[in-house]
Amino acid sequence: MNAVPHRNGPSAVLRRNGLGLVAWLAGIVFFLPIAWMALTSFHSEADAATNPPSFTASLTLNGYREFFGSGGGASPWPALINSTVASVVSTLCVLLLALPAAYALSIRPVKKWTDVLFFFLSTKMLPVVAGLLPIYLFAKNTGMLDNIWLLVILYTSMNLPIAVWMMQSFLAEVPVAVIEAARVDGARLPTILARVVAPIALPGIAATALICFIFSWNELLFARVLTGVVAETAPVFLTGFITSQGLFLAKVCAASLVISLPVLAAGFAAQDKLVQGLSLGAVK
Amino acid sequence: MTATTTAPLTAAPARTVKQPSARLRAWATRAPLLPALVFMIAVTQLPFVATLVISFFDWNALYPKARHFTGLDNYRQVLTDADLRHSVWTTVLLTVAVVLASLVLGLALALLLDRKFRGRGIVRTLLIAPFLVVPVAAALLWKHVLYNPEYGLLNGLLHYVGGPQPDWISNTPLLAVEASLVWQWTPFMMLILLAGLQSRDQQQIEAARVDGANDWQIFRHLTLPHLRRYLELGALLGSIYIVQNFDAVFTITSGGLGTANLPYTVYQSFYQAHENGLASAAGVLVVIGSIIIATFALRVVSSLFREEVSRA
Repeated sequence: MNAVPHRNGPSAVLRRNGLGLVAWLAGIVFFLPIAWMALTSFHSEADAATNPPSFTASLTLNGYREFFGSGGGASPWPALINSTVASVVSTLCVLLLALPAAYALSIRPVKKWTDVLFFFLSTKMLPVVAGLLPIYLFAKNTGMLDNIWLLVILYTSMNLPIAVWMMQSFLAEVPVAVIEAARVDGARLPTILARVVAPIALPGIAATALICFIFSWNELLFARVLTGVVAETAPVFLTGFITSQGLFLAKVCAASLVISLPVLAAGFAAQDKLVQGLSLGAVK
Repeated sequence: MTATTTAPLTAAPARTVKQPSARLRAWATRAPLLPALVFMIAVTQLPFVATLVISFFDWNALYPKARHFTGLDNYRQVLTDADLRHSVWTTVLLTVAVVLASLVLGLALALLLDRKFRGRGIVRTLLIAPFLVVPVAAALLWKHVLYNPEYGLLNGLLHYVGGPQPDWISNTPLLAVEASLVWQWTPFMMLILLAGLQSRDQQQIEAARVDGANDWQIFRHLTLPHLRRYLELGALLGSIYIVQNFDAVFTITSGGLGTANLPYTVYQSFYQAHENGLASAAGVLVVIGSIIIATFALRVVSSLFREEVSRA
């Protein structure tokens, strides 16, 4: 993109390739910890904890076997299932609440709609710790502590502002003229939504859902404070490794990778929209 | 901040419409918004009001009968307590250092990735990956796999060049937390700035080139001014997320060695010390800090937003 058309001498070629190499180097440096984590997860515990590090040690699935519980220790399955339930259900709730709101804000604009949008945005800037204690006390007094459905509600509120912002920008991309034309042709609202709005907005809605999923899956503070044994989520399960010393290095790596896998997959799928979601729709 | 934005909304229906049918139509337009609005107010605003109320009480959960109103005493205590003041300072240091470092690194990487070269897509994917590791997992990775003084990768690599073998977390605890956060947040900054770079006016750049401007002049006088908005946005959003950071502090140092930031301190003072009143006062202070940042953030976002509306 920045290639200089009228300077194609050898020095320009070298410079361009040189900067490409620097970029490759930076990419590798940033990825190295993850690659190393992946390699370590396939080493035996003895090979994992050596100095200097061993690059050629034989590979084994023991770390993963240990993690999934066949080698003793708590099984991660309940935590993984809890995380899946909390993330998937809260994402569905977010879509259910955000879609009509985004529709009202973009296709049939409500008066003072920027005020409403900014209200949603401002709730996102309220730190989690601002409401944590009352929520904890409420949960304790109503017997909702250690209950996955409480997390579903909280994760819905955590992601709703972002979803409304993102989706209103995606729905705003649907040209009003097309909707008007369909209405003139006698199409009713459900038909318009299914035939006109959905095809244009669907990729954006899917990306929004993936981003909400990622945030819920990653969340630690609420889960740590409000769950215990029954409703423990995957990140809370991971905190069990915080003080583990070298004996379990391969297991720690396997656990971290397995638990990150859904986020890595969702993140790569939503790559282009990720920034838009995180920057609350401000960057396109 | 939130109260002022909702007020005009609730006041609107009374004066805008007179005929019943028009009023009905106005409500039909507004109705799809209500579930989301009501839900957000109930789940985010009510607890905050409760936090505000609790912050005026001397209330230790272990002695619930001794609960009583103390006015601003909790705030006085939070602001004068050496540990708590230290955690305010830690929060500022952590946020500023991480945001600045990841912004500068992110800018460099975005500039590199803005050029065409072989395998650009792969490099982009490699660079985004750190952002997509679950934060607790990333913190564990740094704590055990990279920083460990005996078998961590960092000292392993230093071993090959005959370097020293420091105990990273004990020697430089805050720096250790910061480095892991910079690693996670640089990709985010890079993505925002890359979006900014790709929205530049290419014709303008070509014109400058034809006029004989060199790369540095173009960067200094065209690219950087254009990126200003995106740099601001990255800094402000980064601040909002990092001020609230809990995962890295909790995982890497458990708030020890002087790395406890405000969110960790709030967590600790009610979850472990059961000091509900103090925790709430600290929480309210975090909110005040966030509102100060957020006011600027909102201004940046709304200016980007206006730009877009005028473009449409």
